Amino acid sequence: MSGRKRTLEAVSFEVVMTVIALIALILIIAPSLVVLIVSFTSGFSLKFPPPGYSLRWYAELWNAWQLHFAARNSLLVALWATGLSIVLGVAAALAISRSPKLSARLLDSLFMSPLVLPALAFGLAALMLFSFVGLPVSPLTLVIGHTVVCVPYVVRNTIAALAQLEPTLLESSAVLGASRLYTFRRIVLPLIRPGIIAGAFIAFMSSFDNVPVSLFLRDAATDMLPIRMWQDLEGKLDVTIAALSGVLIIATVAMVAVMERVTGLSRRLTN
Amino acid sequence: MGTAPASRDVTSYGMGLAAPLALFFLVFFVAPLLQLLWLSLHNDTAGLHWGLGQYLHFLTDPFSLSVLGSTLLLGAEVTLVCLVLGFPIAWLYQRVGPRLQTIIILIVLLPLLTSVVVRTFAWIVILGRQGIINATLQSLGIIDTPLRLLYTQFGVVIALAQVQMPLMTLPLITALGRIDPNLDDASCSLGAGSWRTFFRIVLPLSLPGVIAGCTLTYAAAITAFITQSLIGGGQMLFMPMYLYQQASTLQNWPFASAISIIFLLAVLAVVSVFTTLGRLSRGYGGA
Repeated sequence: MSGRKRTLEAVSFEVVMTVIALIALILIIAPSLVVLIVSFTSGFSLKFPPPGYSLRWYAELWNAWQLHFAARNSLLVALWATGLSIVLGVAAALAISRSPKLSARLLDSLFMSPLVLPALAFGLAALMLFSFVGLPVSPLTLVIGHTVVCVPYVVRNTIAALAQLEPTLLESSAVLGASRLYTFRRIVLPLIRPGIIAGAFIAFMSSFDNVPVSLFLRDAATDMLPIRMWQDLEGKLDVTIAALSGVLIIATVAMVAVMERVTGLSRRLTN
Repeated sequence: MGTAPASRDVTSYGMGLAAPLALFFLVFFVAPLLQLLWLSLHNDTAGLHWGLGQYLHFLTDPFSLSVLGSTLLLGAEVTLVCLVLGFPIAWLYQRVGPRLQTIIILIVLLPLLTSVVVRTFAWIVILGRQGIINATLQSLGIIDTPLRLLYTQFGVVIALAQVQMPLMTLPLITALGRIDPNLDDASCSLGAGSWRTFFRIVLPLSLPGVIAGCTLTYAAAITAFITQSLIGGGQMLFMPMYLYQQASTLQNWPFASAISIIFLLAVLAVVSVFTTLGRLSRGYGGA
């Protein structure tokens, strides 16, 4: 009797949890699928389901020079910000990763703080600083601003990779007469490289997608893609944006697939 | 852990390597924020007259206070939705095979890396007058005229919950993975039902993950400028848009600075409450 009752109780629990989990997973994935489908519409509106299918909006995208211009700016700024983040972030991660010093803990908190603080407030602050010192907004100010909010991802992932490193490997290398630089190049770097790549990838994506900092640090000459899209969407619901979204979704899926192969991205983000 | 301090010189690097980034942060992160604070403490745009005028203005203005209140409330609603939906995902993750685990992680991860504008745009398509929900309800004959879903609090909460869901789910998956599965079995074999085991064993032990997830989700939800402004529309004003309007459209930098500082402090207060709870819960989990 009681065994039967407990089974029913257990089943109710499993059913409820599984159903909510499946609803949540559908909720997460559905919007991207909807955009993909709508982007192939043959009509003029974002009606779902579309009245028919065509590639006309992708063709339209081909001629949208404003979007091309903004995309190129975003790509260049993201590449520079990622490069700068790697150089500064990896060096900093090496210094603070195994250090028991209080200063290392404080620096760690400082380097992570852009992740929690409202980026819009930082964007305004950076604009005020640059106008105070007489530096006009330019790709340079964008790269600086983006680096501040992107470098935490590189620091965090590099520190995580360094934490997995066996100290005995470095000791053996030293005992065998290798210099520190040689040990770094031949032992440390190859072992932490996937962590650096994963961090750099996330930094790149978050720079490419950044709005709050770009909002203050760009002007018409340095239009950025997410802001161009946002302003287009504020004005009118253009189906060209759906096609562009389709391109971005497919590119993201492709890059995540590559990163999963190269760095085991999914394991890194759940450990 | 605490072995062989003598080997420290070969296994760790000097603090000097952190100097370039520390300097970079000092000049381009700390200095701007200090300047923001400095300007917020002035009553005029030029920054000549010290005073608390900007803060007094904000704190005595019912409109400003309502914007702050609705922003903090929005964060709480989104966090709650994310927790209720995200926890079962993490639970399911622990019970399936490695192949399905990778699929679940990638489903959770993809939105995190997809452009926020794209994800928000998707919700415009779904919630719009001709969107899926209205089209489905109309074709089923449940409603005659399209429902207003865009530009409502409901729309903003559901869109933000989807956009921020990964930030909740990933720490939960990590936390649930650290719980000894034997505890679950022990609780069940001692006669506690699944629901009771969940609420008395699994949930308390996963509190560090819950708190980490809530902190990230909350901080991200209240600062999500794009989703708030596109789904909320003109009628609903939250702190990020308020800040942007004052700074950009009205060029009132001192007041915008004060809004920034108040917003910063609000976020910091929430984060530190969560962090304190997290520290307490770790003690509880270890006991």
